[in-house]
Amino acid sequence: MTALQTVQITRRVDPHLSIDRYDPEGELMLLHFGPQHPSTHGVFRMDLYLDGEKVVKVIPHVGYLHRAVEKLCETLAYVQITPIVDKNDYVAPMTNEQALNMAFEAALKLEVPRRARWMRTLFAELQRIASHLLWLGTFALDLGGALGGGSTVFIHCFRERELVLDLFEEVTGARFHYNTHTIGGNRHDLPAGWSAKVHAALDVIGPRLDEYEAMTLENRIFLDRTVGVGKLDAELALELGITGPILRACGVDHDLRRDAPFHAYDEVKVNVVTAQGGDCLARAQVRLGEMRESVRLVREMVDSVPEGSINSGKPVKLPVQTKIPPGQVYVAIETPRGELGTYLVSDGTQFPYRLKIRPPSLHALSALPYIIPGGTVSDAVAILGSVDPIMGEVDR
Amino acid sequence: MNEGLLHGVVYSVLIVTVVLTATAMALWFERKFAARLQTRLGPTIVGPIGLLQPVADLLKLLQKEDIVPDNADAAIFNLVPPLAALAALGAAAVVPFSPSVVASDLDVGVLYVLAIGAVTVLPIFGAGWSSNNKLALLGGMRAVAQSISYEVPLLLSAMVPVILSGSLRLGTIVQTQADHHWFVVWPFFIGLPAFGIFMLAMLAEANRIPFDIPEAESELVAGVTTEYTGMKFALFYMAEYVHTIVASAVGAALFLGGWDGPFFPGLHWMVLKTLILFTAVYWIRWTLLRFRSDQLMGLCWKWLVPMGVLLVGAAATWVVVFP
Repeated sequence: MTALQTVQITRRVDPHLSIDRYDPEGELMLLHFGPQHPSTHGVFRMDLYLDGEKVVKVIPHVGYLHRAVEKLCETLAYVQITPIVDKNDYVAPMTNEQALNMAFEAALKLEVPRRARWMRTLFAELQRIASHLLWLGTFALDLGGALGGGSTVFIHCFRERELVLDLFEEVTGARFHYNTHTIGGNRHDLPAGWSAKVHAALDVIGPRLDEYEAMTLENRIFLDRTVGVGKLDAELALELGITGPILRACGVDHDLRRDAPFHAYDEVKVNVVTAQGGDCLARAQVRLGEMRESVRLVREMVDSVPEGSINSGKPVKLPVQTKIPPGQVYVAIETPRGELGTYLVSDGTQFPYRLKIRPPSLHALSALPYIIPGGTVSDAVAILGSVDPIMGEVDR
Repeated sequence: MNEGLLHGVVYSVLIVTVVLTATAMALWFERKFAARLQTRLGPTIVGPIGLLQPVADLLKLLQKEDIVPDNADAAIFNLVPPLAALAALGAAAVVPFSPSVVASDLDVGVLYVLAIGAVTVLPIFGAGWSSNNKLALLGGMRAVAQSISYEVPLLLSAMVPVILSGSLRLGTIVQTQADHHWFVVWPFFIGLPAFGIFMLAMLAEANRIPFDIPEAESELVAGVTTEYTGMKFALFYMAEYVHTIVASAVGAALFLGGWDGPFFPGLHWMVLKTLILFTAVYWIRWTLLRFRSDQLMGLCWKWLVPMGVLLVGAAATWVVVFP
């Protein structure tokens, strides 16, 4: 990690503020924000203690989407796990598969063919574009409402996201839950003429990103709603284990793609996008910049995918019989939301002994009690939108 | 006397019918218009190019169960939806659609429009209070703060045409513009900003984006209408649309010369100008994001009110210098 530039924060909010002591008369209003609420990005709940419109204290509650995925994985053979974890980060499903299979490969000490690594890198970057587009759309929804300008941005972003999903569909046959990564490589090879289609899609997406930047970063109301809202200082972000765009928006130059290269990231140059301020605007700037960077990376890489095999796994009679030698391994990759870690403990059977997934969104949500108090209800919505939580991976 | 009564009855029935039909068509128009902005098609199934969609919507809402929450203040809860619709429709009475088509050309027309506009906040606040819902209460709080604040720049900007024409009667204001110039054309440095403030304040009163914070559905679910179902919800919805149409008509009459225009009869011009303003409101709605309530207050008290005071002063000076 490179030099840490701390954002100046005069006073930190106490997330453990005692409401009984703060408000002995019971004057505050307790608003249960969620789990059924249009802006909680799924089934997240916040208890907001309100003084008028001002938020005094926030208690986030997770667990409404808990599906016991990690426990379920202990009963599944290794190749059967991939389609299950697809549903964790359901906005960037491809990255779940990548992290998981990289852990298996690391445990098996299996070398992935270069072509497969390049393909994974390409998919990861395309997935980043799709994921950040969806974030931009939903963030605008949070700021502008489903019956107004917000939904216009939302639907425009979805239009571009479709182009990326079309590309994935071309390769894997699925639009969303792909199950294309497997132990030792990929399941589906790139079809002929795919790179031309990628270029065609990026020709559309690239210029539209300029439009979105003009629609957001140069929009007076957008700036009014985001500048100085939800300020997070770098120290606190690091303390809470926050990674990804939120950390980079605090000025910390940290990106696993460059700092701990996986896939084919060691063969290309990744420019890490950072921003100063740690507020909602900085997060928007980082994500918009990352989309541009991903467009550049994909353009650079798509024409030079090396030839060769896409899977190095030895042909086996029954893939479900794959066994991993006893031991433990932790592998982390940079998803659109930050560091997605997979911790695998194997006891030598065909099932994992323990599979722990470290989702970036959960850590991002842990910042809410620090950054929401002091703002209004409107700010709370904007801040929640700006941390881009995906409840599927938060609760697993 | 009898003749006056007959005139009032006929015109009010006519105008209410026209405004309500226009509201239904406005619903269709808005959905189509928003859809085009969003690269969608909008309603296409019900009737030719979806024209009967408002009818289908209405039929659907009529079938919905009418729910009054257990702990709600039922009397107020049931009373306020029709009140909201009534207050919105009331302002249409004095709008001069042409030199002759006006239900009641009151001496104090402008004052009446503003007074009725101020009343519209009461049903909204009543709904927020009686729903016994925290989100509705927050919406009601915001609505009161917003409407009362924006009353001030609305009054100030409406004073400008009143001073320039020397009358509170809407008919006379339009006639003055027909005789001389529309107020947005000359004196444009007074009329144009006043028109801008008037439209902004009207947007704020009608709870339209970027000023729709009382119902801010991404924050307050549906604001004051959270607990309302079926036709009661539809009445609130209708009130908003009627308010926007009437506000556009009043804006056209005060600043854009009302029924004044060449070649066509006055009614055509009035309708055209109203529709243009109405479209502008929806264009803004489907383009912009939403302000935060404190920023809304800042805009009102730091910019619109001082500018309004300046404009009233300028208009008064103008009338004295160039009588």
